[in-house]
Amino acid sequence: MKKHKTAPNRRTKLVIWTSIMALALIAVYILGIFIPDTAVFSSFLNAKQPPSFKHLFGTDALGRDIFLRTLKGMAVSMTVGIAASLISAVIAIIVGIAAATGSKAADAFVNWLIDLVMSVPHTILIILISFALGRGLKGLLIGIAATHWCSLARLIRGEVLQLRAQHYIAVSRRLGKSHGWILTHHLLPHLIPQFFVGLVLMLPHAILHEASISFLGFGLSPEQPAIGIILSESMRYLSAGMWWQAVLPGLVLVLMVLLVEQTGEHLQTILNPYSVQQ
Amino acid sequence: MSELLKRSVRIFFTYGIRTLSLLFAVSVVSFVLISASPINPVQQYLIGLGTAVSPQQRAELEDYWGVNEPPVQRYFGWLSEVLHGNLGESALYRRPVAEIISERFWNSFALMLCAWLLSGVMGFGLGCIMGMYQDRWADKILKKCCYILSAVPTFWLGLVLLLVCSVWLKWFPIGFSAPIGVRSEDVTLGQRIYHLILPAFTLSLMSFSNIALHTRQKLSDVLSSEYVLFARARGEGKWTILRRHGLRNILFPALTLQFASFAELFGGSVIAENVFSYPGLGSAVSAAGLNGDVALLLGITLFSAVFVSFGNMAANILYGIIDPQIREVEA
Repeated sequence: MKKHKTAPNRRTKLVIWTSIMALALIAVYILGIFIPDTAVFSSFLNAKQPPSFKHLFGTDALGRDIFLRTLKGMAVSMTVGIAASLISAVIAIIVGIAAATGSKAADAFVNWLIDLVMSVPHTILIILISFALGRGLKGLLIGIAATHWCSLARLIRGEVLQLRAQHYIAVSRRLGKSHGWILTHHLLPHLIPQFFVGLVLMLPHAILHEASISFLGFGLSPEQPAIGIILSESMRYLSAGMWWQAVLPGLVLVLMVLLVEQTGEHLQTILNPYSVQQ
Repeated sequence: MSELLKRSVRIFFTYGIRTLSLLFAVSVVSFVLISASPINPVQQYLIGLGTAVSPQQRAELEDYWGVNEPPVQRYFGWLSEVLHGNLGESALYRRPVAEIISERFWNSFALMLCAWLLSGVMGFGLGCIMGMYQDRWADKILKKCCYILSAVPTFWLGLVLLLVCSVWLKWFPIGFSAPIGVRSEDVTLGQRIYHLILPAFTLSLMSFSNIALHTRQKLSDVLSSEYVLFARARGEGKWTILRRHGLRNILFPALTLQFASFAELFGGSVIAENVFSYPGLGSAVSAAGLNGDVALLLGITLFSAVFVSFGNMAANILYGIIDPQIREVEA
């Protein structure tokens, strides 16, 4: 971020920056969705072309334009990532609240459950789930969703425990409000920002996991233009000197992940009431 | 000392029971997942064989997987076999799974140990530098690097390193833990190490940012404390303060964190081994998954859970012993 003396204050700038980043992400996403399948045709005349103005990222061994395929792949990865993170965040919020408001046994059980998910390497757990559901999009989605909720659930549990110790909740309880009323009127409104920030911060991990698992050959099918699949294809032509297929799509992936991560962190600052005065 | 011993024994037992319950749950969950899969282990084994099998062999297989038994009984039948050390026969390699795991584990172990040590030393060192020069340029650059590295997928980093170091510079071979065409008995230690460097480096780059950022945070906490202010007032130099006050406070938490990262290490090694075609457990597990080798997949899953729980146990014991505030083991 550049520092201008006459610029608006930091918070306004942060909001503007975050909006620009979010817009860029949405633009890539929409572009990826609306590129027709026919644009990524294979033609052996154009095969293995290095990057040029006509093909920004060059072409692969089947003559498909790698730039367009990367954009499409990014959209697919983001769709999978968003869906998986959404499921994961919902699981996290339910589990987190259950742990913090339920009985001691429920709390212990949730902690044990989190330990259970953490006790198998996530890559292997996702492979196992994908295997059980007969490889494909569904297995990938459920696998990622099942492994990413732990840290957010812990965060929400802590948050709810803290909230429950507040006076106004104790007053509310003494006034005879039911658990459900306190939950919907006092707890959930506080958790909504947490939920969205948690969701956005989970997204990069989900996208990276999606790419890795697709790279290993589980998850999306080889015809689909996922980043992981493009990169695993590039392995075969690496020693033939086709560097562009390995480097450029990966670079896009890294940039997108960084962008999502930054957006999430900015969102966290913006939504945090204590940073309003900055 | 006996107090310390007593405490560590108690921690050991509490965590031992917890770990056993977790391992039991892992075995249940993975067995259920495998059973839910559309792939039939007996069928898969026979398909892979391609030749006729004697009825007796088939009966043995069906007995191992408990084909005609109800699910709960099938699970316990399988579990008792596993506890007796029989992990079944791999459909892919035609050998007992336990044999494959014990053989390949040493390859993976060498890889993970190198990466673990490297990332620990690198992360801790860089974390110290970042903490010492907080908010100066060295810190800012290193912090940016850590953030960027956390956004880089392991397999892509491996690909790029492979491209640069092996294809362009021809410093390192492309994959495998030994040269092709050399019998495994003839491979020298030097050749093994030579083939190990690049994957280990990739793996360590993936995990060092976590420990570096943690160390930086801890060190900056220490440096802003009052006892460091007092030490400074006494005229102690920067590095003396690091040695006398910094390292003592941050070394063990960093070590604990490093032990607790076994799961990520194992997960990362699956990816790294696939990129570098390194013959360890990671490349075996993905091959098993892709080829429907149920026995091998189950075996490695269980093994990885045991491996991770060893790391967690070490972390918890270290944590419990060094920090007197944590008397009671908490969840």
